[in-house]
Amino acid sequence: MIGTALTDLWYGFGVAFEPHNLVFCFVGVLVGNMVGVLPGMGPLATISILLPLTFGMKPVAAILMLGGVMYGAQYGGAICSILLNLPCHPPHAVTCLDGFPMTKQGRGGVALGLTVFASFVGASWGITEMIFLSPLLVKAALQFGPAEVCSLMLLGLLAGSTLARGSPVKGVAMTVLGLFLGSVGTDLETGSERYTFGMTELDDGIELIALALGLFGIAEFMSSVNQVAPINTKYTNVGLKDMRPTKAEIKQAFFPMWRGTIVGSLCSLIPGTGPTIASFVAYATEKKISKHPEKFGTGLIEGVVCPEASTHSSVQGDFIPTMSLGIPGDAVMALLLGALMIQGIVPGPQLISQHPDIFWGLVASFWIGNIMLVVLNVPLIGIWVKMLAIPYRFLYPSALFFVCIGVYAANNDFFQVGEVAVIGLFGYILLRLGFHPAPILLGFVLGPRFEENFRRAMLISRGDILVFVERPISAVFIALCAILIGSQIYFRLRGAKADLEPADENAIGGHVPTELAPQRVSATPAE
Amino acid sequence: MRLSTSPLRELMGKRDFYAGGLMILLGLGIALKGATYRAGTLMHMGPGFLPTALGILLIFLGIAIAAAGFSSTDGEEQSLLPEHPQWWAWFCILMSPVAFIFFGRYFGMIPGTFACVFIAALGDKTATWKGTIILATVVTIFGVALFSYFLQVPMPILTWRGEL
Repeated sequence: MIGTALTDLWYGFGVAFEPHNLVFCFVGVLVGNMVGVLPGMGPLATISILLPLTFGMKPVAAILMLGGVMYGAQYGGAICSILLNLPCHPPHAVTCLDGFPMTKQGRGGVALGLTVFASFVGASWGITEMIFLSPLLVKAALQFGPAEVCSLMLLGLLAGSTLARGSPVKGVAMTVLGLFLGSVGTDLETGSERYTFGMTELDDGIELIALALGLFGIAEFMSSVNQVAPINTKYTNVGLKDMRPTKAEIKQAFFPMWRGTIVGSLCSLIPGTGPTIASFVAYATEKKISKHPEKFGTGLIEGVVCPEASTHSSVQGDFIPTMSLGIPGDAVMALLLGALMIQGIVPGPQLISQHPDIFWGLVASFWIGNIMLVVLNVPLIGIWVKMLAIPYRFLYPSALFFVCIGVYAANNDFFQVGEVAVIGLFGYILLRLGFHPAPILLGFVLGPRFEENFRRAMLISRGDILVFVERPISAVFIALCAILIGSQIYFRLRGAKADLEPADENAIGGHVPTELAPQRVSATPAE
Repeated sequence: MRLSTSPLRELMGKRDFYAGGLMILLGLGIALKGATYRAGTLMHMGPGFLPTALGILLIFLGIAIAAAGFSSTDGEEQSLLPEHPQWWAWFCILMSPVAFIFFGRYFGMIPGTFACVFIAALGDKTATWKGTIILATVVTIFGVALFSYFLQVPMPILTWRGEL
């Protein structure tokens, strides 16, 4: 088994090293790294903006590039957290706790250097996991009938909406809304139009890009405009020489790094727990087993490398259910899956056998991309730091243009540009009402497949709804759903918040609303 | 919880009340519209089956959200508007795509891009006329070069459609 995996991986490297794939992988990680640093732009908005540009590309190159944006942004986000104390992207929020004190002590460079290294270790572990676990999962998933697929999707959707930040009920409501939005347009089975209100432009359904850019672009600009404080670049002078850690520091960071990696990979195995939860859990674990927990928050190297390694290990691990089962764990994965579907590739367990070039090419490109990032990050950190100073008033109008032209280019139709504005307004209202819009995307991408499988399962069982609990594998998934809901209610009744580490989250100064939350006045440090 | 104010009034001041209310309204709309499509049987589901079910589910979730808002007493942020409402900026951001549609459709990519960026940039409270014009010009040059020449987006660069 290991032998086949290695042969496949070798083949994957062959795909990833094809010159144009290599170039797009590089472009992806570079852009990702850049927007990861830029406050106010997140991987979700970036991937959706780049999505229309990939229509003309081959599927492999497209997915390599979009994947690169995603993990590239994780590297960039750490820079923001450590040097500026700004949790630009939620997974890096805990890194601020110890990263910024280190910067104040003049050790920011070391923190960055070790972060890059820890990220690489975490990512490599996640990739290895992906290589060996995905084929196993596929083997199991190929036995699934429509009923199993349906209940598995239900589990994924429930986990994705209840384990994320914020109120679980609101999360489920957003998922249901997403499922509904996915049903707009022509019904595949009967051909009748649903919820189009006579607009022929809606026959093909709501455009994925319009939805993503409305919710994570326009809505986010509306909530950040004029709320962004000028950035304090007092501590951002970091040179190449500062980044080299001493031997003692490497020794100090070594075991926390591995512990973080393990925690991250365990978290990625639970559907719905993205990198944010992984990093919080890793930090909390590290604090608990530390001999001097009281020193956390004062600039301990453990407090930086552990959550960062965990984030990266979980980001790569999240690709496992997405690629092998076709069930994304969070909104970014849903978007990547949507990108594959636009290319005409059906996600699901058959993906690896039908499109080995995509899967193994992606796996191999992860490694290449991560090495590129290490190489890039070390000399380019000075440039990234300068980019931090770009004021928001230049950023968001330019980004708005990219949103408009991107949505237009998807279909060469102005109707979608109007769609994005309407969705943006609606998304902002949802944000103000305390909803997190990420599960909408999850529901939207899975919606049509969920409906299709549900119909098929019902047809096979002759309309017997009990089929979901009668078939053993499906019953297990349904039981897991029940446990998930039950535990949420239990924690609620006990008064404890369902969040895994609410204490740490509060320590950072409030929630970071969505994937792209830029620094807000409230999140800015005192100095 | 103070009992002096009426519970209904207290509820009205809560964000979750509106959040739940919005979900109930959406659910109602979805379910009522869905009921006009053929529902079919469980075995042969029609196009209306799943959306109607989702709408009804959304109504129940809305009730749950509103009810949770009633019971919670924690000091979470409850106001609907942010501390400093940015009506002008919001208006600018929403008008920006509209301007892009209008100018892009009738005059081409250059005016569309310029108007889109220009209007959006006006929303910032520190914006100056000069800075905004410079930004819009720069983005237009760069954007047209990238999308029209490099990526070949089929949108006329400059056109005039008389029939408005």
